[in-house]
Amino acid sequence: MDALAALWDGAFGSAFAIWSATLVRATPLLLLGLAVALAFRAGLLNIGAEGQLLMGAVGASAAALSLGTAPRAIVVLAMLAAGATGGALWSGIAAWLKRRFGVLEVISTIMLNFIAAALVSWLVRGPLQEPTRIYPQSSTFSASAHWPFLIPGQRLHLGFAIGVVLALVLWWWFERTAGGFRVRAVGAGARAAASAGGVDVASTVMRVFLVSGAIAGIAGAAEVGGVTWALYEGLSPGYGYTAIAVALLARLDPRWIIATSIFFGALEAGAAAMQRDAQVPAVVVQIVVALVVLGVLAVTALRDKQMAQRLAVDAE
Amino acid sequence: MELLLLLTPFLEASLRTATPLAFAALGELVSERAGVINLGLEGCIIAGCFGALLAAGIGGPAIGFAVGVLSGMAIAAVFAIFVLVLRTDQIIAGTAMTLLALGLTGTLYKVLYGASGAALGTPTVGPWAVPGLSAIPVIGPALFRQSVLTYLLYAAVPTLAWWMHRTGAGLALRAVGERRAAAEAAGIDVPRVRWGAILFAGAFGGLSGATLVLAQVGTFNEGMSAGRGFIAIAIVVLGRWSVVGTAMAALVFGAAFALQYLFQALDVQLPYQLFIAFPYVLTLVLLAVVRGRTAAPLELGLRDGTR
Repeated sequence: MDALAALWDGAFGSAFAIWSATLVRATPLLLLGLAVALAFRAGLLNIGAEGQLLMGAVGASAAALSLGTAPRAIVVLAMLAAGATGGALWSGIAAWLKRRFGVLEVISTIMLNFIAAALVSWLVRGPLQEPTRIYPQSSTFSASAHWPFLIPGQRLHLGFAIGVVLALVLWWWFERTAGGFRVRAVGAGARAAASAGGVDVASTVMRVFLVSGAIAGIAGAAEVGGVTWALYEGLSPGYGYTAIAVALLARLDPRWIIATSIFFGALEAGAAAMQRDAQVPAVVVQIVVALVVLGVLAVTALRDKQMAQRLAVDAE
Repeated sequence: MELLLLLTPFLEASLRTATPLAFAALGELVSERAGVINLGLEGCIIAGCFGALLAAGIGGPAIGFAVGVLSGMAIAAVFAIFVLVLRTDQIIAGTAMTLLALGLTGTLYKVLYGASGAALGTPTVGPWAVPGLSAIPVIGPALFRQSVLTYLLYAAVPTLAWWMHRTGAGLALRAVGERRAAAEAAGIDVPRVRWGAILFAGAFGGLSGATLVLAQVGTFNEGMSAGRGFIAIAIVVLGRWSVVGTAMAALVFGAAFALQYLFQALDVQLPYQLFIAFPYVLTLVLLAVVRGRTAAPLELGLRDGTR
């Protein structure tokens, strides 16, 4: 009971908990959830949001450190662009391997997650290490690279606003544009999309993979620009994996991802408080994540079965 | 000359690190030959690691291995329920099982051993030199001064190859993976074969994890499987879905992991992260270079009952 109370307090117990803990943790989950949902909609199992986030963080950090004290608007925009590029570059490797060599993207993106982690580990002890060379991290960014806060006195930052806007844009794009329809068609059945719809499946999948990586990269830029103000090794406590549950629980609907990312953000924030106050390890969140994914799978499967039975009855 | 002196320890380390990879890959091979791709393999490995640690601390290494195997099978059983009973997508269900096992073992480890408490003093299985054979120059100590698990692997490879190609059950397994409908028409109980194959993969995944803890590392870390389950799946592709090929491919990856010891011994000044990343990079490169798709079982990854 103490643990649950600590969980609730840590997530929603105060204005600070909501605006500076829950929503701050929801921000990367929102962006990564969108990245995952976009890919899954096209039938592309991008498990590499974690690595794409890290590479986005690397790109944004490099931009922030090299631009120094340039005007804030320029630095923040450069970090966004560099973050998106870093993420897209990383997902681009998996996209290229899939298109050129038929390498299963689940395996390639997971391998790339480990490679990205090793790369960050090297960067913060090598080229990007702070000048005293004591700590495994980059220098702290200058004030122009600190992303604006949305509410005075709270830690909620620009990244969350970008996420919400992106969610709505993506929803509109899926539902109301030909491009969105093509992506959904490819996800529903690649062969049918190609033969009946004349969709260029390979290029569609390639583009989706790149954009998915770019969005995940923006999540990385938002973490270093809005939260840490430096590049660290343990930047993400597995946000990229939690994002899979965020996207699946929202049934890949971008609007619902806003809600599910806040749910998981609350869980992460609450779990951190729980570990501190009630000594319950925060990895417990991972169990909840997995159970949510399995639960969604089971519910979907049972509904499909019922549907099939009903169709069979109708046919008779 | 110096290189020649390092050859034996390098081969020895390659084989030692290849052993858990080979167990996991052979398990996955059996599952894939029945048409089921099990991305929960990573979960079976980490469950095997944790189960082995827990039980070995209480009852010694033998009990540790038994519980490791059972832990892997438990994860595989849940995966089988999703894939065979609920008929969900194999890849998503497998990924979820991996996440579940990583979360469960991480949480239990912290609850049972405390946030800092590395479970030291785990009984481990040391190498045992085969009399005579281990005296062969260069390769003798590499091949025959290993833990008993490696010898078990030596026995498992030919046995599995024989079973798959020379027995009725092996034929049934391959038939289910290649032409499900034909197998059904021939009176093969497809769900039963797949249950068996998935549980076998879970057992070997668990054995892989137990080997990792009890014969290699000697302790447990959160997420210590470190992607070995996914590398094992790549190993099956590189081995072109054959038993001997899979074992050979596992050896290549054992060497990739062992390379860091060699470079340490040679005192090469390179960032250590390069060696950490190397097996993962190698996986990508080999998957791209070795065109194995044509050898894949035809039913691989297809959702149960979708046609």
